[in-house]
Amino acid sequence: MTPDTWYDPSRVGAPLVLLLVFSALVLFFIQRSRQGHALFIRRIAGITAMEEAVGRATELGRKVLYLPGGGTLDDIQTIASLAVMRHVASLTAQYSVELDVPNKDPLTFAAARETVQEAYIQAGRPDLFNNETVHYVTYDQFAYTASITGLMVRDKPATNFLIGAFHAESLLLAETGQTVGAMQIAGTAEVTQLPFFAVVCDYTLMGEELFAAGAYLSKEPAMLGSIKGQDITKAGLIAFLILGILLEIFGIHWFRDFMTIS
Amino acid sequence: MFWKLRLPLALTFFVGLVPIVTFFLTERVFGVSFVRDRVEQYMVIIAGFALLLGVVNVVQGNVRKIERRRPGWPFAISLLTGLFVMGTFGLLSAFRVGPFQGILSAPDGSDTPFYWMTRSLFNPLQAAMFSLLAFYIASAAFRAFRVRNIEASILMVAAFVVMLGRTPLGEYVFGWIPGGHRWLPTFTEWIMAVPNTAAQRGIIIGAALGAAALSLRVILGIERSHLGVKGKS
Repeated sequence: MTPDTWYDPSRVGAPLVLLLVFSALVLFFIQRSRQGHALFIRRIAGITAMEEAVGRATELGRKVLYLPGGGTLDDIQTIASLAVMRHVASLTAQYSVELDVPNKDPLTFAAARETVQEAYIQAGRPDLFNNETVHYVTYDQFAYTASITGLMVRDKPATNFLIGAFHAESLLLAETGQTVGAMQIAGTAEVTQLPFFAVVCDYTLMGEELFAAGAYLSKEPAMLGSIKGQDITKAGLIAFLILGILLEIFGIHWFRDFMTIS
Repeated sequence: MFWKLRLPLALTFFVGLVPIVTFFLTERVFGVSFVRDRVEQYMVIIAGFALLLGVVNVVQGNVRKIERRRPGWPFAISLLTGLFVMGTFGLLSAFRVGPFQGILSAPDGSDTPFYWMTRSLFNPLQAAMFSLLAFYIASAAFRAFRVRNIEASILMVAAFVVMLGRTPLGEYVFGWIPGGHRWLPTFTEWIMAVPNTAAQRGIIIGAALGAAALSLRVILGIERSHLGVKGKS
């Protein structure tokens, strides 16, 4: 078998180099963080407001509604949402506040139930968890939306978390939450839906903030180290962008060709 | 520990590597297409079983609601009726039982009961829900465009130009100047193609790196929230 038959030549250039450099940086900073080196991670308003949001529900004596989005478990936004859900469930268990997690995707439902139940057990309040805390609604996008907006209007939750992959339903859900007076914290990496959340919600985790949330909340060195590696890679990419722009201005195209994936 | 943690972590590591490795390899390498296709097929099979779990949960929750006469229990009856009627006709049509020969249309070309319910009940309900979005956008726009600070003012001016530039009215505002009918549409296109796209790409690049870092944490077993356990320090 000749080399040009077992690998795709158009993909082993920049993508492979970027994958290796990025992975190496992330692993390096994870290791460095484990060795005890202090890492500065900037404060993210939406994440620090989560405790305040659950505290508000405690004071008002109303429930916390957590929507993990419409994505299935193969969507990385859903995985990020589960990490935040775990933290929110720990807080609701500590404060003895009712938590409601309605699901659209059946696989997410199974994982969310496991996540919330485990968080309640670790918080020492397994008695507060019941089968209705995390429940399934429907797989249809607008039937799900209708169900959740109805639930918001009837139950008037004190706090809504809308964290995960959202699409056309984002504004319908967030605007209804705003109408019933709930404090809302949203987070998604869907660029087309971010403006809706930014306008309607009190706090919005934009793109990378959503993926960093789990690590930020866990405060575990290994997790925080990966954020640092990600930030260094981003700085490198910005430098590459500027270099690419300059080379193109001067009519040098090899860098653009190297970075292009066919 | 093995079933709850070690096996899921090992499976995650293996399944997480499949798309990365197969991205760089061609299908001439033995087993590449087989493994990739199998992973996708297993995902569909597992999702099917999980959907069954979801349906059971819906039935249990709503039956309990009716039994205990909780607020809104008549809606639970409506939901269960819809679930069983649509579900029954759907299954009968799928398995071609008795007179139900076909999911969408019968052999004589007429609509099946399942398709009639989908077209006449389900689709209009979906459309009604989706069309509410227009009203929600109007109220969200009102909130966004209130002039409170410099950023909101810039947003309002940009939105005003874009809305005007994308309607016929925009062409007529400067239409009385020779060549002026293209001014607003051209400025609108510039706003969308340059500042708007630049901001979006910044978010997309950041999100892509964040997703890649999280994926790496999941594949290496550092992030374990989806398994219901705390991350590894």
